[in-house]
Amino acid sequence: MDWLYILMPIAGVKIFWPGLIILGIGVGIIGGFFGMGGAWMVTPGLNILGFPMAFAIGTDIAHMAGKSLISTMRHGKFGNVDYKLGLIMLVGTVVGFECGAQMVMWLERIGNVEKVVRWIYIALLFCIAWMVFHDVAMRARKQKAATARGEELDKTATGVEWHKTLHKIKIPPMVHLKESGIYCSAWLPIFVSFLTGWLAGILGIGGGLIRMPALIYMVGCPTHVAVGTDLFEVAISGLYGAGTYTMKGRTELVAAMVMLIGAAMGAQVGAVATKYIKGYGIRVAFGLAVIGCALSILMKLVQPWVPAYKALLDTSSTVLVLGLVSAMSLYIFVRMIAGVKEELRQKQQKI
Amino acid sequence: MKKRLQGLWCTLITLVLFTPSLCLAAGAKAAPVVIVADTRRLDGIMAWWANLYNESHLYFMLLTILIIPLTGVVFGVVADIIMNWIGIDLKNRELAEH
Repeated sequence: MDWLYILMPIAGVKIFWPGLIILGIGVGIIGGFFGMGGAWMVTPGLNILGFPMAFAIGTDIAHMAGKSLISTMRHGKFGNVDYKLGLIMLVGTVVGFECGAQMVMWLERIGNVEKVVRWIYIALLFCIAWMVFHDVAMRARKQKAATARGEELDKTATGVEWHKTLHKIKIPPMVHLKESGIYCSAWLPIFVSFLTGWLAGILGIGGGLIRMPALIYMVGCPTHVAVGTDLFEVAISGLYGAGTYTMKGRTELVAAMVMLIGAAMGAQVGAVATKYIKGYGIRVAFGLAVIGCALSILMKLVQPWVPAYKALLDTSSTVLVLGLVSAMSLYIFVRMIAGVKEELRQKQQKI
Repeated sequence: MKKRLQGLWCTLITLVLFTPSLCLAAGAKAAPVVIVADTRRLDGIMAWWANLYNESHLYFMLLTILIIPLTGVVFGVVADIIMNWIGIDLKNRELAEH
């Protein structure tokens, strides 16, 4: 069975390559569907496959750049990418990320910030999950009220509408974001991206997990456009990240390429699935993914208090992350196949 | 007011362009760790790749950031062709949140 293993030229370790492809497919589907890089899923996966930690992050970022580019291309064809918004947000993201990273370094000089940062991360994730499910509940309430009145709720109606309040701030220059259908002050996306970039910099993550809900709830993008635009941002920042990590010699391109084979297929499935699953379906699945991510981090955080269960918690955390990736990928894949079948059936009927 | 905001806008863009260099200058000096790829067990393109890594991280980086998007585009185009062949409509979707 030696042919199932490939020697990584830089890291010098032998890796089970089908595992890399499977991991790539899983995160490709989830990334293309939710609009995020998915570092929180890939890093434990690469570790399990035997990757040294020093190379896991760089390799993950390198494959993320390619995968996000594929997803962006696909979403762009559906009209899901607001390039103007993405470029405006890049300004805030870069400044915010650097400020966050510098802040962490400053805090490190004062004391150990790692635990504090992780707790902030947990709080933030639960806050995002609450926001998503609160929004879903609000929309269900609106739907119920509309049905009681004998009316039909507008297809584009949403539960929470905080963005409408933010759109009332008319500080020039004003911008019209065609794909998102938004007319607002340019400072709104800049401020939001600065905030999400700053948080991502502090937490040491790519930021897709925060940016996607921020685009929906603060900027007011439709779900599909938020997914596509976020992927555009991830592709650019991923390429920048790949460059810096490679310059430091921490990228294993061979592994990234093998993963990209799987991720290319997965990203297409994830992106095309957004065509068949409506906005609120994406939001609910996203909320569940965020809860899974928060629980896996929580399992690592409580370990000092229950040292006897350290090994069990470590294993459970990994199983939870990988189980979540598998279950969600399978769900998205099945929904995509069902959607394609239905579309082809309708086409045949027309003929 | 409008003029001031425009000035602020220009300052922000300038800041964005220069922030990375400012931040890099302010960054803490980390201890340099050198990783060398072991080329003894490699041959062909793998050996060439590992040698490139050992010789110049700059060329290695430039090639990496060229290869990744290129591969992404190639895979994307291939998938486009396959999906069009299957008959999936890749240009339209219904906008709906429900």
